Amino acid sequence: MRHAAPDRDRPDPSAPPSPTRLAFFLAYLQVGLSGFGGANAWMRRVIVEERGWLTEQEFAEYLGVSQILPGPNALNCAVMIGDRFHGTVGAVLALLGILGGPLVPLLGIAGIYAQFGSEPMVAATLKGLAAAAAGMTIGTALKISTRLRPGLALTAVGVCAFVGIGLLRLPLLAVVLALTPLGILAAWWSAPWRGSVQ
Amino acid sequence: MTGGTLALLIQLTLVFAPLSLAAIGGAIAVLPEIQRQVVEIHGWVTADSFMDLFALAQAAPGPNMMVVSLIGWQVAGVVGLLVATIAMVGPPALLALALGRLRARFAGLSWVRVTQAGLIPIALGLNLASGVVLAQAAHQGVTTLVLTLGTTLFVWLTRWSPLWTLAVGAVAGMAAS
Repeated sequence: MRHAAPDRDRPDPSAPPSPTRLAFFLAYLQVGLSGFGGANAWMRRVIVEERGWLTEQEFAEYLGVSQILPGPNALNCAVMIGDRFHGTVGAVLALLGILGGPLVPLLGIAGIYAQFGSEPMVAATLKGLAAAAAGMTIGTALKISTRLRPGLALTAVGVCAFVGIGLLRLPLLAVVLALTPLGILAAWWSAPWRGSVQ
Repeated sequence: MTGGTLALLIQLTLVFAPLSLAAIGGAIAVLPEIQRQVVEIHGWVTADSFMDLFALAQAAPGPNMMVVSLIGWQVAGVVGLLVATIAMVGPPALLALALGRLRARFAGLSWVRVTQAGLIPIALGLNLASGVVLAQAAHQGVTTLVLTLGTTLFVWLTRWSPLWTLAVGAVAGMAAS
């Protein structure tokens, strides 16, 4: 399917060309294989920072939209980005890469764990890895936030989402439903300001 | 394929496909319900091995929802793994495809732009919250705290690959044991 909408975030012709199917699949294989502690952080790293196929703003928009859909966010993101570049084939390639890549190491680790899981050293190694992976998730969210410079109103909505889920542990659905209108209001409030900057 | 296996595969599908559509905010959101279904209702794995499988899926590369793949694998081998994964991924993927195309078609409309922009801070706040929840789960004293904070700053402020800090995390965890 062709997207009729103009590519508003990337008007300049010097923008990098769309990836080939192979390059796209390999990128998602890399996301899947390196995706310790959550694939979103790695997807941003590979697609925005390393390959430059999407801008920070474009990626954040996919992240935002995938948030209101059910299912794993990273996979929703992958499907939409795949569709953008290569239609349905791209969506399938993204899923195959991001899920198929880690399958072999995952089963290998599961096998090792079944054998040596009771060793304290294995458990301690996993804990160290998990602690670093948590830092990676936090660091990526902070990095996107500081790069987008969202302004006071949008920042306040983001802080509310963080406090509601991360600190108060409120039900997720309620928080998302309550904050979505506020987020839209905040975006509307900041829209003229954003327009004048561009 | 025996009748028993086929019945198991159908059960796997019936458990995970509806849950996949309830998982607003990611697979972690329905984790308690997955545990209830898999451990308490169907008795496919014990409560302890459920936690182990979850820790593995988190420690291994790949999306965290792959705990579902591991459960399928435990229940019915490689076929179970494929069936459980497809049941968990398929329905939301189709929705994402549809919404992505609607979004692309109407991207020029100002209310679509504003809606999208309004969802971004919520997504970032939720991601930040996930990180903090994961950090609390992994917390085991000063070593893990330093690892989490160090990785946060490293990823936030540098452009180097986070694989370095993950390797440091694994080695430091091992050394601290």
